[in-house]
Amino acid sequence: MSDTPDLRIDLVSNPCYLCAVREFMVGVTRALGFPETPGSQVALAVDEALTNIMKHGYERRLDGPISVRVYPLAQTDTQVGIRIVIEDEARQVDPAAIRGRDLADIRPGGLGVHIIRETMDEAVYERREARGMRLTLVKRVAPGVRNNCCCEG
Amino acid sequence: MADRIPLAVKISRSQEGAVTLAPSGDIGYHEAPTLQQAVREAFDGKARRVVIDLSGVPYMATPGLAALVQALQISKRDRVPLVLCGLSERVRAVFEIAKLHSVFTIVADPGAAMST
Repeated sequence: MSDTPDLRIDLVSNPCYLCAVREFMVGVTRALGFPETPGSQVALAVDEALTNIMKHGYERRLDGPISVRVYPLAQTDTQVGIRIVIEDEARQVDPAAIRGRDLADIRPGGLGVHIIRETMDEAVYERREARGMRLTLVKRVAPGVRNNCCCEG
Repeated sequence: MADRIPLAVKISRSQEGAVTLAPSGDIGYHEAPTLQQAVREAFDGKARRVVIDLSGVPYMATPGLAALVQALQISKRDRVPLVLCGLSERVRAVFEIAKLHSVFTIVADPGAAMST
């Protein structure tokens, strides 16, 4: 599989850019033929992942580098899909320790990882070789109604 | 650095002591602190009921949920009812994934929120 993404965003860890990335992800999933609801779930998962990087990884620093790379999966008549790779240069953590809070424990916070795992088919955290973390997200769905901006896979 | 664009939150108070917060816009990590501040203003010691009307919120991520859970905690501490209303399907879905839909009192609209 080629490592060259179809699309890529590089941003700094400033939360003011989250809205723009959400809109970008909604547009990308629409172009790939995702129905609206799973497309917005992908945008939510990416938003939650970036929020965790900004809040916990970079500990609210505003200038930490983050990259979001988008790889369409091969389309069929019955399935469209997307793979998203998010990398940072923030502090490294044990991937096994990344988990959401017990949902029965009602308190603020700790929900982002749970949302990511619930909305995506795959969510894999890894330590990068040099520094930082990598999160790979995958989602596959039945295609929605084709529109003029759909990409052919 | 880019300018901060805060969430707009309209605050209204009824003669009966109900305080209604009506945020307008997406609520993610960037916007949630503005909602938290509005929640603190709503529970001002005089409020007899706090209603958060989410009909102007097309998108909510977990920082928004966290602000609402904080509101719920203040509500229980101060014994002031908290009612949410106006949730879109998309926002309600986030509540359901987080299993918070049964924790809050959620009604359809502000009218129902006043009579619950």
